[in-house]
Amino acid sequence: MKPLAQIEQRLDLLEAGGSGPGTAAELVELGEAVLEHWVSAKGLVPTQETREGFRLLALHRQGCTDDPSFNACRETCRELAYHHNLVTSDPQHPATPQRLTMMTLVTRHLFLFVTGKMQVAALGDFCCASRPIRLQAEPQEIG
Amino acid sequence: MTTAKDKYQKVAYYPGCALEGTAHSYNRSTQQVGKALGLDLVEVKNWNCCGAMEVKNIDPKLQTYLSSRVMAIAATEMKMDVVMAPCNGCYHNLKKAEYDLAHDPTSVEVVDRLSQKAGHATYAAGQVETIHALDWIMHGIGEDGLKQRLKGSLQGLKVANYYGCMYTRPRHIFPEKDKGPGTESTSKPHFMDDLLGAAGAVNVEFPLKTACCGGAHTLSDSDTSTKLVLNILRTAEAAGAEVIATECPTCHSGLEMHQVRAEKKFNQPTKVKILYFTQLLGLALGLSPRQVGVHENISDSLGFLREKGIA
Repeated sequence: MKPLAQIEQRLDLLEAGGSGPGTAAELVELGEAVLEHWVSAKGLVPTQETREGFRLLALHRQGCTDDPSFNACRETCRELAYHHNLVTSDPQHPATPQRLTMMTLVTRHLFLFVTGKMQVAALGDFCCASRPIRLQAEPQEIG
Repeated sequence: MTTAKDKYQKVAYYPGCALEGTAHSYNRSTQQVGKALGLDLVEVKNWNCCGAMEVKNIDPKLQTYLSSRVMAIAATEMKMDVVMAPCNGCYHNLKKAEYDLAHDPTSVEVVDRLSQKAGHATYAAGQVETIHALDWIMHGIGEDGLKQRLKGSLQGLKVANYYGCMYTRPRHIFPEKDKGPGTESTSKPHFMDDLLGAAGAVNVEFPLKTACCGGAHTLSDSDTSTKLVLNILRTAEAAGAEVIATECPTCHSGLEMHQVRAEKKFNQPTKVKILYFTQLLGLALGLSPRQVGVHENISDSLGFLREKGIA
């Protein structure tokens, strides 16, 4: 699993103007990586299945298991998939840079929502059992 | 045959606790817009708190009872057919109670017992229809009716419409939505876009219109709330919005407070203004900024509205 800190760092980079060809696919993958953390913290194995062509949407659905409030990020995931389709169906469209900017911000929202929810659900910093998930996410100290 | 237009001319008004406090400007602007549109609001007598999000965590059945009491008073004491709740939390809870009382015998039993103990009639599912302020204006007046009553215009004001997460979720408690043209969508809500568009606003493409504002985290984890809000503000600005229009007091106060906090704590200032959709509609209907409570908001939008020629 890609550590949460690495996901955040990558989002920072993309938001600072690092987007380019392939960014749409990468952002969907980052969204999947975020959801993998939530699903794993709930003790489930992240699904490899897809819904409507997106593993992201299947992971979201899996994340809602016994937790309907997780549906609060349903439309965020669907917006991510929608923007992916907009960008990849017509990469040369003049709105593509703007769409990628929006996509990056939407992915960040998913990241913030899920990491916040992990803390509130005691799956994050407040829970010893899941603290390793967070620790993996911390950058290595040097020296 | 009674149409929605007839039915919504006079409704029971359930402002809820937030509209008597932090969201007083929403209360004021909703009532003023009602007057300007010729729609009658009759406040629910002796209404109580809906339990918001807190009571649910302690006893969901008690929360169902609290909402049922509001609907019981409207139906039996006031003889009203429709209850209008502008607060997303209240609206959500009343809809949830309606659903539970129609589908869950245990909820019916608990509500009956508590109602008898409290000495009022027991609410039965279907006695009233619960609507949001957006439904009220959209179905009671409509876009064309609104256009006919405009005395001003939002004249090209770029708006990101933010509905929040409780207005459409969970979908099963809103059986009237997703029924095709003329009805609200739970995945891409548009009533606020339609009404403000009719008043002259330019609605920007805003992908976070139903995203979480972190309202529930505000006390337990303020930094998460601030970051979620900051991301909403930045997304609205990146979409070209000058204003975020809101329809939920929790979202609205969260956006306003965390906008300040984001600047102070994270040195991340944003300029986008935050106004209730009723405030914007009121201004387009010729009401003054004071009449729609612009002075009661946390952030100062008056200079901006004057600059835009809206106030």
